Amino acid sequence: MTEEIIIAGFGGQGVLSMGKILAYSGIMQDQEVSWMPSYGPEMRGGTANVTVILSDERISSPILRAYDTAIILNQQSMDKFEETVKSGGTLLYDPNGITRFPSRKDINIYKVEGAKKAAEMGNTKTFNMIVLGAYLKIKPIVKLENVVKGLKKSLPERHHKLIPLNEDAINLGMKSVETVQKI
Amino acid sequence: MGELKLMKGNEALAEAIIRAGTDGYFGYPITPQSEVMEYLTAAKPWETTGMVVLQAESEVASINMLYGGGGTGKKVVTSSSSPGISLMQEGLSYIAGAEIPILIVNVVRGGPGLGDIQPAQSDYFQATKGGGHGDYRLIVLAPSSVQEMSDFVPMAYDLAFKYRMPAMILSDGAIGQMMEKVEFFEPIPRLTDEEVKARYPWATNGKPKGGERRILTSLDLDPSKMEQHNYDLQAKYRKIEENEVRFEQIQCDDAEYVIVAYGSSARISLKSVKLLREKGIKAGLLRPITLWPFPTKKIDALVKQGVKGFLSVEMSAGQMVEDVRLAVNGRVKVEHYGRLGGIIHSPEEVAEALEQKIIGE
Repeated sequence: MTEEIIIAGFGGQGVLSMGKILAYSGIMQDQEVSWMPSYGPEMRGGTANVTVILSDERISSPILRAYDTAIILNQQSMDKFEETVKSGGTLLYDPNGITRFPSRKDINIYKVEGAKKAAEMGNTKTFNMIVLGAYLKIKPIVKLENVVKGLKKSLPERHHKLIPLNEDAINLGMKSVETVQKI
Repeated sequence: MGELKLMKGNEALAEAIIRAGTDGYFGYPITPQSEVMEYLTAAKPWETTGMVVLQAESEVASINMLYGGGGTGKKVVTSSSSPGISLMQEGLSYIAGAEIPILIVNVVRGGPGLGDIQPAQSDYFQATKGGGHGDYRLIVLAPSSVQEMSDFVPMAYDLAFKYRMPAMILSDGAIGQMMEKVEFFEPIPRLTDEEVKARYPWATNGKPKGGERRILTSLDLDPSKMEQHNYDLQAKYRKIEENEVRFEQIQCDDAEYVIVAYGSSARISLKSVKLLREKGIKAGLLRPITLWPFPTKKIDALVKQGVKGFLSVEMSAGQMVEDVRLAVNGRVKVEHYGRLGGIIHSPEEVAEALEQKIIGE
């Protein structure tokens, strides 16, 4: 199994940390992982993206042009990354702020109202975990128990009290994901 | 087996610097390697191992702090990125001339000049052919994973002290910024002053009772002595070329075409090899781990084995390709492919380049 993912959105949405938690979850179940961020000027208030790879084999290139899954969280990223999903691959997006919806016919498309659900939970910072939950519902490549272990590893001890809240957010995301197009 | 951690290449390097028994880190921040000093200052090794972490006033100062620290037989290191490494070249030439072991890390970014902060591999010439003046060499190690950012630190120190010369870890922005899992080696204790004295009779740490005064310098105004010094340096370099070449070969045994690539380009090219093999093209990857000494003999052996062409893949306008050409010596086709200025080539682009530039015509 090899899953090549791009997560793309605005800086501050938790794109990089979502990728990091996913990568840590992979380590918890003995997978090879890589996490390659966009870094530099675009991070400071602009778009941010990260390539995450989980695999049972040695990972070759951490830098890719085509992905199994794209998780898209703003319009700029939709414009840039919709075309990079491999044929037969998966696109997950949050419709909040999206004005041009995905139009590919050869990929599976899902949406999750991450921003809306996070606001309903009363904590907008749960946004990225809601989206992660939605992704894991579509592609259960890591077990929830390993995600919790990954959270423990990637969060500093003083934030461990927030883990149950994050678990709730992941579960909410799993329940909230909607199929837009199944090929 | 130790605990597996998910870390950036720069952070793994910093942790390895502490674990390798380093006595002092002297640096000046620059993207994309600023995490090295950030990690070191947060880890506060001066409270545990006694290691010094110092932000110098400039790169020129930090390389000369290494000249002094290394001269006393201490394990000292600096890290920077391309423009900062350029500032260090004068000091590096002096250190090589005075035969002092130090470790220098370059997390390469796009150039020339200030360039940009994205990954590049355009400092190959500077690292392997000089950069500073005079006939000197650096041992140059090229990590291509976060694990190697850790593993190469003790290896580079060992080589630097074995041959009394500077060793460089030549990384790039991609390896520095990406996270992968890493398992660290057991910490190596710092040497005591007595151990340093016993181990390194050349170190300038005080005139021993009844012994000779020790001098470390790159200066000798007597040309006949300077010529002999250069012959000695060259003899040392030949010995290193004989004994210290390191590389990894993947699917080279039956390869008709070989990609030569190091660092992040080697990772990208590994996927290109997979893509080419899926199309029925017998491609292989030769990954030099030591850029100097270069795996010249291995390339010669691959030509003799029947490889029909080589593609040197580097994020540069074509630097390592010259060493590949020297090794091949006109017997088969050698071309270069690489994106420039901080743009990273994709595995597909590399595979396409091999088909067009090497197999093509």
